[in-house]
Amino acid sequence: MSLLEVSGLGIGFGGLRAVDNVGFSAEPGEIVSIIGPNGAGKTTLFNMISGVYLPDSGHVRLDGQDVTAAEPHRLARMGLTRTFQNLQIFQEMTVLENVIVGFHQSESGSLIADLLALPAARRRSQIARAQAQELLKRVRLDKAAEELAGNLSYGALKRLEIARALAMQPRVLLLDEPAAGCNAVETEEIDHLIAELAQSGIAILLVEHDMKMVMRISNHIVVLDHGEKIAEGSPESVSKNPAVIAAYLGAGDEESVDADS
Amino acid sequence: MKLSSKWMQLAALAVLVAVLPLFFPSGYYYRVGALIFVNGLAVTGLVILIGYAGQISLGHAGFAGIGGYACALAPAHLGLPPSLSILLGAVISAVLAVLIGKPILRLRGYYLAVATLGFGILVSMVLTNERALTGGPDGMAVQGLALRKILRGWGWKLSSGEFWYILSALAMLVGVWIALNLFQSATGRAMRALHGSEVAARTVGIDVARLKLQAFVISAVYASVAGSLLALQNQFVTPDIAGFMHSIEMVTMAVLGGVGSVLGAVTGSAILTLLPQVLTVFAEYEQLVLGLVMILVMIFLPRGLLPSIAAKLKGRGE
Ligand SMILES: Nc1ncnc2c1ncn2[C@@H]1O[C@H](COP(=O)(O)OP(=O)(O)OP(=O)(O)O)[C@@H](O)[C@H]1O
Ligand SMILES: [Mg+2]
Repeated sequence: MSLLEVSGLGIGFGGLRAVDNVGFSAEPGEIVSIIGPNGAGKTTLFNMISGVYLPDSGHVRLDGQDVTAAEPHRLARMGLTRTFQNLQIFQEMTVLENVIVGFHQSESGSLIADLLALPAARRRSQIARAQAQELLKRVRLDKAAEELAGNLSYGALKRLEIARALAMQPRVLLLDEPAAGCNAVETEEIDHLIAELAQSGIAILLVEHDMKMVMRISNHIVVLDHGEKIAEGSPESVSKNPAVIAAYLGAGDEESVDADS
Repeated sequence: MKLSSKWMQLAALAVLVAVLPLFFPSGYYYRVGALIFVNGLAVTGLVILIGYAGQISLGHAGFAGIGGYACALAPAHLGLPPSLSILLGAVISAVLAVLIGKPILRLRGYYLAVATLGFGILVSMVLTNERALTGGPDGMAVQGLALRKILRGWGWKLSSGEFWYILSALAMLVGVWIALNLFQSATGRAMRALHGSEVAARTVGIDVARLKLQAFVISAVYASVAGSLLALQNQFVTPDIAGFMHSIEMVTMAVLGGVGSVLGAVTGSAILTLLPQVLTVFAEYEQLVLGLVMILVMIFLPRGLLPSIAAKLKGRGE
């Protein structure tokens, strides 16, 4: 039994099969990358696994338990969370508050205690605040803690989203293009962070267009094209797969599956 | 740091409340003050719903109507003292808010606005049409609070105006205190998070449906208590209290002051309560002026009076 098991997953929008019959699995500490040309269905796959979309076929299992129809907040409470390709930041809140929200499960208690600011509620919030500060240090945003999140640079917000997700101490973490829009230094940092997280036992699902990064850190790669899985395997085997090369050339963009290009 | 800002805001408000009567030209202004505070209380509830949780309601006067008529009907028919009738009204409003909130809070934006609008209209129609019980459009008399007589017994002689000024101010201050507590708490932060990005809030384990409902119920209780206080101090209540215009007035006060800030809400209440007192023409063209204020605020101060001014000052300071 795998930690995360995806089988036969599919969804259609109107006439379009955005994802069709996709399956794979992930173990603790493993980095599984999902790659494919633009519009291949990677984000849609993430949306189904994280409960944002309800798939019309297939199953998602967490620890062997069927969670296909579970809502995102239920999945989050079971240890599966994600970041977003198009940032989903709480813009009007401070950087620190964004991460504190990630501690919602451990911070929240009775509503009455919150309304009356009872000592119990204040204690919970103080603990969450201290833990959030630690996480901000880890993604090097501690200096910006009290700034409004909306004022941060794109690269910083990408790290902020990761910190917010880590606050939940996930067992499965889905990262949708965490290094997009980041400069080389930031990309390297994220690269290290992901490897570190995997080492600590988190199963990571990664969608990333930076092929060097993907080839370097993935244990396992799943290749999607037009919603279907066209290949799967180790980085070496996938980069040599003719179907994969054809899909990337056919997509007509600049990216190449060759790690050294 | 944020905690002290809460007490600063409360202290500033309390000082203002205490000092203001020194400048009153006549006893009449105690009544105006009391009205501002009661409106401020209702609008503070809306700040929680609109400003924190990002949900709209164009029907909250319906809850004010329930609170108001609870104080009119419960003493007459159930023999309940008016003070307990406030509580009864709040409980009925909360239960009703749960019942209607559950289905309609799934709606968003315009759809939610229309659904809440429908609720408000329904309440005011029931109050208008159930003549046997409510006296119909002419309204009904409301028994006063016994508290004033008790205070008099203790040798604290207050005019009705003074009494209601103090009581309404206390109610508003408690309401503001609770709203500021909520702002800094796990629940309030989660509400603001769902306002910022619903999908992100869900993926960090926040049950957004439950949270929206909590915001809706809390704001309904605020409106209900405000409606009760309004009926008790006027010793009279008409279906207008639950009317569409009253709902719009409440939202306009919130938006004018700045829907994200509690102090802004109080400021908005003060301005829109004072305007008709100062400009008597306003009373005749109330709807027109409300509409105009709404449009101008949306165009020139989209974040509301206080936050916009604060942002301007901050920008200049840097
Ligand atoms: N909510 C939706 N409604 C309709 N079509 C959708 C929806 N979400 C995704 N699609 C379509 O599904 C297909 C897959 O999109 P998806 O965003 O999953 O691709 P992707 O692999 O993440 O691409 P990219 O690399 O550009 O991020 C696209 O054709 C897209 O237009
Ligand atoms: Mg995508």
